Amino acid sequence: MSGVELLVAAMLSAGTPLALAGLGLLVNERAGVLNLGAEGTMLVGAVTGFATAYHTGSVTLALVAGALSGALMGLVLGWLVIWLNTNQYATGLAVSLFGSGFSAFVGLSYVGKQLVERPFPRVPVLSDVPLLGPALFRQHPVVYLAMVAAGAIALFFYRTRAGLVLRSIGESPVSAHALGYPVRRIRLAAVVAGAALCGVSGAYLSVVYTPLWVEGMVGGRGWIALALTVFATWRPGRILAGAYLFGGVTMLQLHLQAQGVEIPAQFMSMLPYLSTIVVLVLISRNPLWIRLNMPASLGKPFFPTG
Amino acid sequence: MIRLEPRPVPSLAMSVLSPAIALALTVAAGFVLFLALGKDPGRVLQVFLLEPMNGVRALTELGLKSTPLVLCALGLALCYRSNVWNIGAEGQFLMGAIAAGGLALFVTQESLAVSRWVFLPALVLAGAAGGGLWAGVVALLRDRFNANEILVSLMLVYVANLFLSWLVFGPWKDPHGFNFPQTMAFAAQTELPRIVRGMRLHWGSLFALAAAFVVWFYMFRTYHGLQLQVGGPSPAAARYAGFSARSAIWTTLVTSGALAGVAGAFEVAGPMGQLTPHVSSGYGFTAIIVAFVGRLHPLGCVLASLLLSVFLIGGELAQSRVGLPSALTGVFQGVLLLSLLACDTLVHNRLRLGRAR
Repeated sequence: MSGVELLVAAMLSAGTPLALAGLGLLVNERAGVLNLGAEGTMLVGAVTGFATAYHTGSVTLALVAGALSGALMGLVLGWLVIWLNTNQYATGLAVSLFGSGFSAFVGLSYVGKQLVERPFPRVPVLSDVPLLGPALFRQHPVVYLAMVAAGAIALFFYRTRAGLVLRSIGESPVSAHALGYPVRRIRLAAVVAGAALCGVSGAYLSVVYTPLWVEGMVGGRGWIALALTVFATWRPGRILAGAYLFGGVTMLQLHLQAQGVEIPAQFMSMLPYLSTIVVLVLISRNPLWIRLNMPASLGKPFFPTG
Repeated sequence: MIRLEPRPVPSLAMSVLSPAIALALTVAAGFVLFLALGKDPGRVLQVFLLEPMNGVRALTELGLKSTPLVLCALGLALCYRSNVWNIGAEGQFLMGAIAAGGLALFVTQESLAVSRWVFLPALVLAGAAGGGLWAGVVALLRDRFNANEILVSLMLVYVANLFLSWLVFGPWKDPHGFNFPQTMAFAAQTELPRIVRGMRLHWGSLFALAAAFVVWFYMFRTYHGLQLQVGGPSPAAARYAGFSARSAIWTTLVTSGALAGVAGAFEVAGPMGQLTPHVSSGYGFTAIIVAFVGRLHPLGCVLASLLLSVFLIGGELAQSRVGLPSALTGVFQGVLLLSLLACDTLVHNRLRLGRAR
């Protein structure tokens, strides 16, 4: 494959975990819950997924296990912030710290283990199209799953009644409650669903992308995904685009090294983190723009009364 | 049916009791975990929780471990009280360690004969500058560009980690160190003086206690400290009173960065004696838990840092004595903070039996 093809292929595969986690966080935040536990949730998803793939040999089961473990983490976070009204920042941090500790503990016996490589079905015909065919159509099915998820979430948000209710809860839980919607249950469902996507993202990282289990292997992608929701001004399509952009930045370092650019590896590895900061600065510069787009109740507790 | 009923005023007693209940819940969770792993829970808990406090030497080690935790947590308590969410103390710690390590390396390489009375203040200043500047970046981006301080401070942790890694793998690597990623051992004169001969506990621990007192005085006995805290729970009231949110951002972030940086400097000039990629054992992140368990109060932070140090040392002991991975510490830390947050519900609410009226 040529340079451009490699870059496109890498953008897609490196952007997919960010896209999945970003979409999950989008569902959380649209319902008004900020999930700072994304990093820990992804780590738990990664270690669960890896263990499942290692013992069963099935990638599908691994992804399902990742989703379930993520959902479980979401359940804990959701119960704490929605029913006990704990501070969303502190609780998310706690989930992240717990996730990184727990995954390190559980994953210890899987360090250095290898997974049997499994061929996956390729898109017929299209993958043989010259130029971008191989780059676009020889990806792992999860890459396409992320795209489908983005489309499905967009449809759900903007074309279904349930999606409208979810968004309205994120804007004004008080009004939704007054209309008789079970605000707390819907919020919990959104948190669990979003966290499940974070879990899938973690499992994709450890089972398909790397495929290895290393302590702390998520490497800040959970936090970058959080920045992504701001960058995308809480819209599914833009999350997808942003994720591929960041995926490209991740791969840029390898690309530049291949070109013989003499920059120490550590400085190249800083790129995703530095570009996250730059993007945050650029997008947040105008507070009005953020306030217009951000779900109005994001991060605020809700007490049902009456 | 049990339900929650809001208290008219937050309960002070619960706010003190809550960490104790959370600790009990954490120990109970540990008990179940060890049973599930087929270990004798009594024995493991004894090694994990009691051994770190057994004897004078163990207690001094506890003090040594809690020093960086106290320093980092004090700054975080200040931040969180004013609703500034700095979660990058780890990065600020590392930048302080790098600045102080650079200074010590310079003194070592040039074989300078500097008196301790000159070097130690310079070391503290270097650490404070390193950490303070790193947090200053967060403050600048938050103040000038409204960039979320949670994400920026955390991204800077990764950047600081990579920067340290570049230094010890590259320009600062010990040429006679068999290619290990570490600087040369610093000269003896750069070492922090110890309190008791033969124990690793050093004067930095007393500095941390003094810092706790100063932060307490600032928080509760100065007008400026009060201003910061009003901005946290009620920004509108603070604005009405004419307190500046901008000044709160800068003061809390730079102070907490400087404190974390000093913690890094002490770690380098104290127990480490050189720079390695592992100069921090995640102190900056553990300090977040310390700050919450310590009720965002300086005295509480000192006590909580001792508890979390027990976890840290207990994890190491559990590895060597009963063959459990030291990653156990992380699980305990996470469970403690989660149960603490759940218990804190009882500060603002009380349990009532029966249905709501």
